Amino acid sequence: MIDFGFTLSKSSTVDLNKIDHSRYDQLVKLVPTARMCMNCGSCGATCTVSEYKGMSVRKVLYGIQRGEDVKAMLSSCMLCGKCTMVCPRGINTRNLILNLCKLYD
Amino acid sequence: MKENVVIIGGGVAGLEAAKNLHRLGYQTFLVEKNKKLGGHVAIWHKLFPDMASTKAIIKEMVDDIKDVTVFLDTQVKTIESAYGGYQIAFSNGVNVHAKAVLVASGFELFEAAKKEEYGYGIYDHVITNADLEAWMNGNKDQRIPAAPKAIGFVHCVGSRDLKAGNSQCSKVCCMTAIKQAIEMKERFPNAEVYCFYMDLRLFGKKYEDFYINAQRDFGIHFVRGRVSEVSETIDGHLQVKAEDTLIGRPLKVQLDMLVLMAGMVANNQIKPIVEQAKLEIDSDGFLKSSDNITHIIESGRDGIFYAGACTGTKTVPETVAEARAAALAIHDYISGL
Repeated sequence: MIDFGFTLSKSSTVDLNKIDHSRYDQLVKLVPTARMCMNCGSCGATCTVSEYKGMSVRKVLYGIQRGEDVKAMLSSCMLCGKCTMVCPRGINTRNLILNLCKLYD
Repeated sequence: MKENVVIIGGGVAGLEAAKNLHRLGYQTFLVEKNKKLGGHVAIWHKLFPDMASTKAIIKEMVDDIKDVTVFLDTQVKTIESAYGGYQIAFSNGVNVHAKAVLVASGFELFEAAKKEEYGYGIYDHVITNADLEAWMNGNKDQRIPAAPKAIGFVHCVGSRDLKAGNSQCSKVCCMTAIKQAIEMKERFPNAEVYCFYMDLRLFGKKYEDFYINAQRDFGIHFVRGRVSEVSETIDGHLQVKAEDTLIGRPLKVQLDMLVLMAGMVANNQIKPIVEQAKLEIDSDGFLKSSDNITHIIESGRDGIFYAGACTGTKTVPETVAEARAAALAIHDYISGL
């Protein structure tokens, strides 16, 4: 077979029917307020490590609903709790991160 | 009885204005093109934010105007300026000389089939917000499965869509979608419900609370991205495609039914009246008010007033408030104030 140099790109489409939702479902049982996120981004804006590691509770929470790997972000969290102070919906973000770390263990 | 006043349109605006003008002592004529009063609201099931029954609301409004002359199944044939008022001929043969005219002709629902990519009238399980309300009112609808497992709502169908000829936001659909999503989740607790939106415009009293409830108590999923196309799978499911703009990736999901939030568009059936009475149409296709801040109910023509969605998209409470204001404005006008 002659190699013409063509390759196939992996699809970037989020297929909601194929994503494993179990971790998110477990999380909202442990932290029911997690459902209330409206993606405002305050958590990421105030995060101590966001500018170095791209950490944002919003991205973590949204990412697990879209099948993204969020382990690197989770491990960069220092649990300082600043995000909990700024969340306008009163989501217990620090508790959310802690519980999610346990679910990934 | 004092002077004659003609109200064109028997929806909530016309009903509310008729009640108030009658109480102020005017000989009021209410003309409605359909066989029933209540307009669009009458086909709806419940109204946010109180989840009030439209049946009860319309019944109360209709009871309040039992002494008003109502012409159903009737249209304005001609209207012309005459003797310091307007000479109006109705399609039922009646002629009235009115000192003032209130246009309360409302809106039309965007024809969802025009957005062909969403498959209304093509696929088996695509309906509109109005179809869903009719179903909740007890109408049978084959398109709604007996036990749907996944339900989608598409916001902004025909609204904020220059290509569809409508630049305006239809204003009530975000809240209606959330209301209907909750109502479906209450009926089908095991179904996953998705709302596809561009922005959520929840400006009114308690609207944001509905959004919080939808998320927290009902687990309704909100996907930011306009649905680009809907297709039908071989086993009869609907495949919906959008970009999830929060994560920056294309997204697809299979659903059992899809509800299109058809928006409010200008009522073109009013055109003959607009031409004969020399009224102005605004750049958005709705009737043009004298100004859009303190004189929304004034047409700029002596003796012609507006109330409700004929001048733009409105909520029911806004429409009712305008109808009352218009009744008072007509009273002031006739009194020479």
